[in-house]
Amino acid sequence: MSVTSLEFQAHAAEAAPEEAIEGRSQWKLTWRRLLRDKMAIASIAVILVMVVLAIAAPLFVSLTGHGPEQAFTNSGTTSSGAPVPPGTHGFFLGTDYIGRDLMIRTLYGARISLFVGILTTAIATVAGVAVGLVAGYFGGWVDTVLARFIDTALAFPLIVLALALAAILGPSLAIVIAVISFFSWAGISRIVRGQTLSIKEKEYIEAARSLGAGPWRIMFIDILPNLLGPVLVLATLYIPTAVVFEATLSFLGLGIPPPTPSWGNILGEAQNYYSVAWWYVVFPAAALLVTTLAFNLLGDGIRDAMDPRTERIFAAGRKRRKNKPKAATEPGALPTLTVSELGE
Amino acid sequence: MGITRFLVRRILTGILVLWIVATGTFFLFFARPVSVVARQLAGRSATPQVISEVIRNLGLNQPVMTQYWRFLGKTARGDLGFSYYKQIPVRTILAQDLPITASVVVGAVLLWLIVGLAVGIISATRSRSLFDRVSTVGVLAGISMPVFVLGELLILFVFLPLNEHGITWISTGYAGLSGGLIPWTGHMVLPWITLATVQAAIYTRLSRGSLLDTMGEDYIRTARAKGLTERRVIYRHGVRAALTPVVSQLGVDIGGLLGGVVVVEIVFSLPGLGAESINAISTGDLPVIIGFVIIASVFVVVANIIVDMAYALLDPRVRII
Amino acid sequence: MSDTLRDAASPAPLEAAMEDDVLVRVDNLVKHFPVRGGGIIRRTVGQVQAVDGVSLVVRRGQTLGLVGETGSGKSTLARCVAGLIPVTSGKVTFEGRDITNLSRRAMRPFRREIQMIFQDPYGSLNPRRRVGAIIGDPFAVHKTASGAARKKAVQELMERVGLNPEHFNRFPAEFSGGQRQRIGVARALALRPKLIICDEPVSALDVSIQAQVLNLLADLQSDFGLSYLFIAHDLEVVRHVSNNVSVMYLGRIAESGPKNQVYDTARHPYTVALLSAAPAADPDAAAQRRRIILTGDVPSPINPPSGCRFHPRCPKAQELCSQQEPALEVKPGDPAMHQTACHFPVQAGETLARVAGRERR
Repeated sequence: MSVTSLEFQAHAAEAAPEEAIEGRSQWKLTWRRLLRDKMAIASIAVILVMVVLAIAAPLFVSLTGHGPEQAFTNSGTTSSGAPVPPGTHGFFLGTDYIGRDLMIRTLYGARISLFVGILTTAIATVAGVAVGLVAGYFGGWVDTVLARFIDTALAFPLIVLALALAAILGPSLAIVIAVISFFSWAGISRIVRGQTLSIKEKEYIEAARSLGAGPWRIMFIDILPNLLGPVLVLATLYIPTAVVFEATLSFLGLGIPPPTPSWGNILGEAQNYYSVAWWYVVFPAAALLVTTLAFNLLGDGIRDAMDPRTERIFAAGRKRRKNKPKAATEPGALPTLTVSELGE
Repeated sequence: MGITRFLVRRILTGILVLWIVATGTFFLFFARPVSVVARQLAGRSATPQVISEVIRNLGLNQPVMTQYWRFLGKTARGDLGFSYYKQIPVRTILAQDLPITASVVVGAVLLWLIVGLAVGIISATRSRSLFDRVSTVGVLAGISMPVFVLGELLILFVFLPLNEHGITWISTGYAGLSGGLIPWTGHMVLPWITLATVQAAIYTRLSRGSLLDTMGEDYIRTARAKGLTERRVIYRHGVRAALTPVVSQLGVDIGGLLGGVVVVEIVFSLPGLGAESINAISTGDLPVIIGFVIIASVFVVVANIIVDMAYALLDPRVRII
Repeated sequence: MSDTLRDAASPAPLEAAMEDDVLVRVDNLVKHFPVRGGGIIRRTVGQVQAVDGVSLVVRRGQTLGLVGETGSGKSTLARCVAGLIPVTSGKVTFEGRDITNLSRRAMRPFRREIQMIFQDPYGSLNPRRRVGAIIGDPFAVHKTASGAARKKAVQELMERVGLNPEHFNRFPAEFSGGQRQRIGVARALALRPKLIICDEPVSALDVSIQAQVLNLLADLQSDFGLSYLFIAHDLEVVRHVSNNVSVMYLGRIAESGPKNQVYDTARHPYTVALLSAAPAADPDAAAQRRRIILTGDVPSPINPPSGCRFHPRCPKAQELCSQQEPALEVKPGDPAMHQTACHFPVQAGETLARVAGRERR
C-alpha cells in the first residue's frame, strides 16, 4: 500500500514545525542557553585569557629578560635580602625571596596548574567513565568489586598517600599527577556508575537487547551518549579541584619540587615573608582563586544550561507569596473557589 | 537487623581495613633494600653508627615476613616505633601533638556543620531572596578557595592588621587549654574559620539543594495539605530527610579533612600531628611518618563508623545491609 | 491510513491447525522472581510467581491476542518469549527449534526473526540518538547493511510506516507519540522478522492515534506475512487485531481460543466479567448489558490463592475451586481450539449477574 501525498501533509502537520532537517540536538540547545548566561561567558573568557597567558609565558621572558628561575640578587632583593615590591627595576609584580621575577614565576606556575588540572581530569574522566560503565552495566560481582574499590579510593585520605609517596620517592610532578588522578577517577566513576544503573533499566536499552546488541555496543552507543552531559559538568568541576590539590601539595612540599614554580610552592615560600612582602602572597593567590572560580562558575553554568528545569521551583515560591487572598467584601457573596490567571 | 549487628559488622570491616592499611604501609616502606630503609628510618642526618643501630634494633636483616609479623604485632599493641632523629618513641610525639590537632578538628567540624546547615536551611526556605542570593555567591567563593590560600589571606588581612593595632587575642601558634579558655580560642579562631569555610560552603549548598529537593516531594505537599504549620513541615519532615545526603557526604569528607588539618597547622604554625609529619619529610624522619599514617587511618575508620551509625539512625532502610 | 478501525482477517479454519503452521510454541512456561529478605546473606524469602505454567501457540501469519489485567504476567511472558529474561522452567520453541534460555550468542540468529514493539513511545527510543540511527540499529547489529545502503533501507522503512523519510536526522523528542510508535515499528520491521511481539503498543496513545497504528500493523501483517503476539488489556483492541485470543489471570491462562469463540461464547467467569466491563460503543446495548462487578483486587502473585486462582473473586466458586487447579481443556460443546480452565464454566444463556449479587458481603 503506497502512501499518497495527502497523507504526507497530514504527517508533516503532526510533526514539529518545519526546521532545518538537521534536528535540534541536546548539545546545540545547551550551547545556545550557555551563550545567554553572562556568568558563563565571563568564565570562559577568563579561562581563555589564563590559557593564553600560560602559553605565552616564554614571550614574557624575552620581553623582560627575566627567566622563571633566574635569581637577581642585586636588583631583585633589597639590601637586607628581602623581596622588592612591584614596580621596582622592571619587576612588574615584585620578586620573591631570592630575587626571582614573581610575574614570570606566576605565569609559569599557570602552566603547571593548568597542565596538571587538565591532564589529571582527562585521565580521570576516561578511566572513571570506563569503570563506571562496566560496573553499572554488568552488575553482579563485577559491580560489587568495582564499587568497593571506588568507595575505598574516595574515602582515602589523599594527603596521607601523598605524604607516604613523597617520603619514599621524593616529591615530584609524577606523584602529583598520580595521586590526583587516583582521587578524581573515583569521584567520576561513582557518578557514572549511578547514572548507568538507572539508564540500564530504561526501555530503550531493553529494546537494544531485543535487537541482539551485545553489552559493549549497548554501553558505548546507547548508554554513553546519555552520560556525556553529566560527565562534562563533572569534568569541568573536577579541573579546579585538581588545580587546588596540586597547589596544596606543592604548598606542603609534597608536590612540584622547587625551583620549578608552581602557585602552591610559591605560596609555600611566601609563608615566611608575608609580613614584609604582601605581593608575594597576593598575586599567586589571586591567580589561583580566579582560575578556580572561573572553572567552578563555568561548570555551574553548563549544568544550568543543560537542565532548564531549575527555574521553575523558584518561580512557584515567588508566586505563592504574591497571591495573598483578597478579603471578602460581602459575606455570603464569597464563591467557594476562585481561579484566576493560572499560569506557568 | 538491629543496630547492634550493624555496628558489629562495621567494626569488623573497620578492623579488616586497618589490617590492609597496615600491610600496605609495611610493604610500601619496608620492602626495599635494607640500607635504604635503614637510612630513612634513622633520619637524614644520621651517622653510620646510628644506622647500624637501627638495623640491629629493628631486625632489618631478617626475612621480610618475620619483620612483617613483628610490625603488625607492635602496631596492634600501640608501639609505633622510635624516632631516631628526635630520640623519643613515636607514640610520645603523637600523644603530645594529638590535643592540638583534636582541638582544630573538633572545633572546625562543629563550626562548619552548624553554619552550613543553618545557612543552607534558611536559604532553601527563602529561596531567591536576598539572603539566598548573597549566600549563593558566598558559597561559590568558598568552594573555590583553597584552604591554605584562605589561611594566608586571613593572616595577611586579619591577623597582621589586628596585631599592629595592639589586639593580640587572635594569634598564630598554639596555647593549650591549661592556659585558659580565652587564649586557647584566640589561637584557634582563625584556624577554625579557615578549615570550616570551604566545608561550610559545600554543606550549605548541599543542604540547600537537598532540602529544596525534599520540599518538592509529594509527601511534603501532603503534610502541608493536612494543615501542619510551615515550620513543622520543614523541621520535622523536610530537614530529617534532607539530612541524609549531608551525613553521607560527611563520610566522604573525612578523608579530605585530614588534608585540611595538615595545611591549617602549617599555615598557622600549630604543632599538631599534621605539621609534625610534614616536618618529618624534610628531616627524613620516617618512623614519625609511618606513625602518622597509622593514626590517620585509625581516625578515618573510626570516623566512618560513627558517620555510618548516624546515617543508619536517620534512615532505617540502611540497616538491612 | 484512515482513522477507522479495520477488522483483522477472520480466524483460520480449524482444519489448518497443523504443526507446520506453528511459528512459536510456548510449553508450560514458568517464571518466578525471587524475593530477597533482609539479613547479611540475602536469603530468598518468597517467589513472585509472575508466570506459572503458560502454554500457547502463535501460528504463521496470524495474531495471538493476549489479554490480562495488570499483574497477570503478560508482559513477563512476552519478555520470556523474546528471550529478554531467563525462564525458570518450561520451553519456548521457534519454528520447531528450542530457544529457551539460549546464550546471547546462540540467540543472535533468532533475534532477526523475533522482534518486539514496546509500550512506552517515550521510553523505548534513545533520546540522544537520531531516529535514522535508531531504525538502522538492527542493520548495524547484524551487519546486514551499512553506509548508503543502510540509509536507503532506513528511509524506505520510514516511508513504509508513514513517516517522512527526510526526518531521519531528527531526534525522538521532535516526534509525537504516535509517530514514535511508528519509529518503533520501523525498527522492528527492519530485518523482516517472522514474529513481532507487541507489548501493549497502543495503550499509551490517544484513541484516534491508536486506530492509525493498529491499521498500520494490520497492513504490515498482510504485506509481509508477519505473525504477532499482541498483548493488551483493552478487549476491543484485541478483538480487532487478533485471530486467536488467550486470557491471562495471575500467571495462568484462563481461557483461549479463536477470537469469535472467546468473545461470543466465553466460558470462564473471568472472561465473562471482563467482557461485561468493556465499554460498548452502542449506548443502547451498553444499557442493556449487566455489569458484573468483581469484588476485591487482583491478589498478589507472591502468594496466589490455592486451586483455581480466580476462586476468591469468582461468582461461581465452590469448594472444589479452592482445592483443585482446573486444567486448560476443551469444555463439552466447544470446538477443539477453544479451551477453558474452569471447573464450572459458564454455560450458554447463563448470566452471572444474578449470582454476583451474593458477592456483596
